Amino acid sequence: MLLSEYKSKELVAQYGMPIPEGRIAATPEEAEARCREIRAEKYVVKAQIAAGGRGLGGGIRFAATPSSVAEEARRLLGSKLVTAQTGPDGEEIASVYVEAAMTLKESFYIGFALDPRSGAPLLLASDQGGVEFEERARMDPEAVRTLALDGAGDADRAALAEFLAGIGIADVAAVDAVMAARRAFVETDMLLLEINPFARTDKGDWLAIDAKISLDKNAAFRHPEYETLASDDELVGIEREAQKSDINLVKLDGDIGVVVNGAGLGLATNDMIVDAGGEPANFMDLRTTATSFDIAKGVDLILKDPNVKVVLLNVHGGGMTVCDTVAEGVAFAYARAQKKPPVVARLAGQNADWGHRILKDRKVPVETYGTMGEAVKRAVELARGGR
Amino acid sequence: MAIYVDSGTRVLVQGMTGRAGTFYTDQAMRYAPTYVAGVRPGKGGSKHLGLPVFHGVAEAKAETGATASLVVAPADKAAAAMIEAIEAELDVVVCVTERVPQHDMSRVKAALAGSKTALIGPNSQGILTPGQCKIGVMPTRDAKPGPVGIASRSASLTSEVLARCSAADLGQSTTVGVGGDTLHGIGFVDCLKRFREDDETRVVVLVGEIGGTEEEDAAEYLSSLDYGKPVVALVVGRHAPVGRRMGHAGTLSIFGLPSAKEKIACLTRSGVQIAQSPDEVAPAILSALAAQNAVQSESVAG
Repeated sequence: MLLSEYKSKELVAQYGMPIPEGRIAATPEEAEARCREIRAEKYVVKAQIAAGGRGLGGGIRFAATPSSVAEEARRLLGSKLVTAQTGPDGEEIASVYVEAAMTLKESFYIGFALDPRSGAPLLLASDQGGVEFEERARMDPEAVRTLALDGAGDADRAALAEFLAGIGIADVAAVDAVMAARRAFVETDMLLLEINPFARTDKGDWLAIDAKISLDKNAAFRHPEYETLASDDELVGIEREAQKSDINLVKLDGDIGVVVNGAGLGLATNDMIVDAGGEPANFMDLRTTATSFDIAKGVDLILKDPNVKVVLLNVHGGGMTVCDTVAEGVAFAYARAQKKPPVVARLAGQNADWGHRILKDRKVPVETYGTMGEAVKRAVELARGGR
Repeated sequence: MAIYVDSGTRVLVQGMTGRAGTFYTDQAMRYAPTYVAGVRPGKGGSKHLGLPVFHGVAEAKAETGATASLVVAPADKAAAAMIEAIEAELDVVVCVTERVPQHDMSRVKAALAGSKTALIGPNSQGILTPGQCKIGVMPTRDAKPGPVGIASRSASLTSEVLARCSAADLGQSTTVGVGGDTLHGIGFVDCLKRFREDDETRVVVLVGEIGGTEEEDAAEYLSSLDYGKPVVALVVGRHAPVGRRMGHAGTLSIFGLPSAKEKIACLTRSGVQIAQSPDEVAPAILSALAAQNAVQSESVAG
């Protein structure tokens, strides 16, 4: 769950990381009115989307007066911002964050993440902070230094201070701020906390100028505040619908609808479709907790996609998901569907025969094949207009 | 022979008395009678599925000689259960629980450092040595004993690959589901090391996917020595769109997003045979074994 900039900053500020004074606004009028509450010589208007690369993408504008704040907000709000991290369609800007603009003397990058191998919390830091940090880090991985932290307490403050001094952050106030960020990272179950830039202003203050947080939604059970912090905005409409039915669904651009149980089998199926010259309309992973009603909802979503010319059903029954459950789900969806594209089915494992019988008995327009390869080949053929 | 678990393994179940715990324990006990105890704080002294229930793991181990544990605790209690089993110095701990918070796994990994316990999971399908011991939720229908060692990151593909192998008369020494989460216990390299030492295993199959570093680590390990046994790998997600999350937890972009293609390139360089799809796994194993036999008979003849 990615948080937008202002929510990220508010969250770290609660732990003691200093941030510039700012206000959120959804209309140009609101932006103008609210920026008057901020004491500043100059303002900055920032598009709130849950993706990075905004600076280079034109999503951060400076304004000298409240009326030019309104003007910049008008330009941003409702438009789509395309950055290196949003994908080609970009993301619509629904709100802007107006802040006091700062004159920065030094810009650093500070990040926290869990080491994917050891699991230890890592502090990542660089003296190359700022809008081009990611590009610089890619070109020169040495520009980012890492420190493995142990435990959640304040015991290793000395090691942390020495590490920061090594990249040129020596002020006690700055070390305090980084320690605060570290507490926030652990205590709110963040997967990633990035402060970029973490900067010293011309007045000598250390501030988080921008922040990005990803929360671990698996930890939501101990964080009631997550509900107000995060939305599922990163998911597009049908992907969110599918999640409600215990189905991981990712919308793709092709014409072969795919119904599969399991993430690995789903990835393998899509690989085979592309290898055979076809294009999947989606990725699907029916989770083991999905019932036949859930599965029917997932199939509904695929049948509603106007691009879908054929549905490939590839199931290996076993454990919690058996073939007949999936076949039931497909049959429910087909019984109520307007459009009924042909189904190419490969059912294997537990209750495969029973699953095949359900599809036939319920008049699903199905062709069955014994191997994945044959089924994929046939689905690609049908998608190309074959008979 | 087998790796990690065999007919001598004595298994206790943490969370046995719950609905999922009861179901999985019952299934596994029907398959092989290696289960000796259940653990459920507050329910010590009772019996469940004919097995004694204890308050804690250490007590259960002392009373029954348990050597392994199956953790089926809910996500909010799984980390504490794993740590309790690690501290009780069990040889093998299998956690099938899904959605364990990553910071909890950070603490579990800290507890594992320096311990002798092999943790499998979380979010793992478990481990199966056909005919001897099953810990977890691995389907047993298609499994049979034989020379193929399997280590897999994907539950659905494990079922698929295992069935294909058995259909081609390629039984398994042991099948290990290392789990789909970013932070987990043993990985491909640990399994490869064990399979190398295992006389019965003649060929190893790795089932990988996008994200994480398992495949790269395996390639590095295999390049570092003469492994002595053929290794076949299936890595899925070659055509997955970059940067989109596909089911399992991906790796954060700051650590790089290794694509399936990069993983395949790495593995190929270290001598691993690549199967492009599940359909190709069994043929790849058969050709690897045939090549190995040819080399062996040549060296015998020479």
